[in-house]
Amino acid sequence: MDTCKIIAAGKAAAQRTVTNDDLSKIVETNDEWISSRTGISRRQITFDESTTDLAYRASVDAINKSGIDKNTIDLIIVATISPDFFMPSTASMLQYRLGLNENNVTAFDLNAACTGLIYAIQVADKFIKSGSVRRALVVGSETLSRTIDWNDRGTCVLFGDGAGALLLERSDSGIMADYTNSRGDAEMNLVLPALPLDSPFSSKLDSPPSKMTMNGGEIFKFATFAIKDTIDNLLRSSRIEIEDISLVIPHQANGRIISKVSKLTKIPLEKFYLNLSKYGNTSSASIGLALAEAMEDGLIKKGDKVLLVGFGGGLTWGGVIHEF
Amino acid sequence: MIKEKVTDILVEELGVEVEEVVDSANIQEDLGADSLAIVEIVMAFEDEFDIKIPEEDAASMITVKDIVEYLENKLG
Repeated sequence: MDTCKIIAAGKAAAQRTVTNDDLSKIVETNDEWISSRTGISRRQITFDESTTDLAYRASVDAINKSGIDKNTIDLIIVATISPDFFMPSTASMLQYRLGLNENNVTAFDLNAACTGLIYAIQVADKFIKSGSVRRALVVGSETLSRTIDWNDRGTCVLFGDGAGALLLERSDSGIMADYTNSRGDAEMNLVLPALPLDSPFSSKLDSPPSKMTMNGGEIFKFATFAIKDTIDNLLRSSRIEIEDISLVIPHQANGRIISKVSKLTKIPLEKFYLNLSKYGNTSSASIGLALAEAMEDGLIKKGDKVLLVGFGGGLTWGGVIHEF
Repeated sequence: MIKEKVTDILVEELGVEVEEVVDSANIQEDLGADSLAIVEIVMAFEDEFDIKIPEEDAASMITVKDIVEYLENKLG
């Protein structure tokens, strides 16, 4: 019992389907432009569900799939950059929604942007391996639609809403290697501002725009570096060859990044699991959502070694190799 | 030498024919490069010639001739 295993993956797709054609009616864009540059055909956008609602649905899905008693969960981490509140945290509110308020649960939100779920898995893994936690619920949940400038066709076509939830516990097999890294984004290439300075005593600085901004070219370059760096580190530390990896599930940001990484690493494109054509980029939710669907589609069998890799704002990146 | 390497990279990244890579060819309009392809081409030049190409410089690479002249100046 010397590692930590993902025993179930649940998902929640947001309520409304928004196609590329739908977007062409509100900004200057078209299906061909979006598809060829990103591989995205549609995304799910929330109508009235919150980040907590999505996290709750995905968690219930994971709990049902696992068959466990939810009262055995003693750690809840929600990875998000679009929480409903800074305080109370999404994780604490999720604990309440799951009816676990009377239990001894450690609950907190975690911000590592699109690498959030990987960071959260790594944290849960350490809690579990140290013996201080029995079962962890790790969720990536986002309503990015509230963070986007819907007049900016460079960003609004890329992102979507959704949630993925994983249950982790101690096991003989499971996580074989984990790696995370960060590099401060001094050039502000991927930004979502929080509250500006504002008090009777503070300087009157200009407020930054309150919506997400991205330098696509620089982030593309970073992403291709980050995926390759993660794969190299994970293979080296686990002493596994890439041929032994059955599936690579990357953060679902842009199909062109994956094509580029496939060329650079010589890993065949078929080995990468992609569902971004349906969901777009759902930041912290994307890897959990993808893993849940890959498992539902029967693509992962017992004994398969799967590599999860994330990369995003911070700048952050990292991954795990997990044996199912 | 530089022209040959540039041609090889443009053919590889954009899927165009060698004959299309003439001095006056516009990378976007004639060779069909979109914004991401331009990023990938610049990354390829950086790797091939072991240099760093700042964003502002990349923005001035409109035709094949612009690219070759830029690289010839940069590499002395």
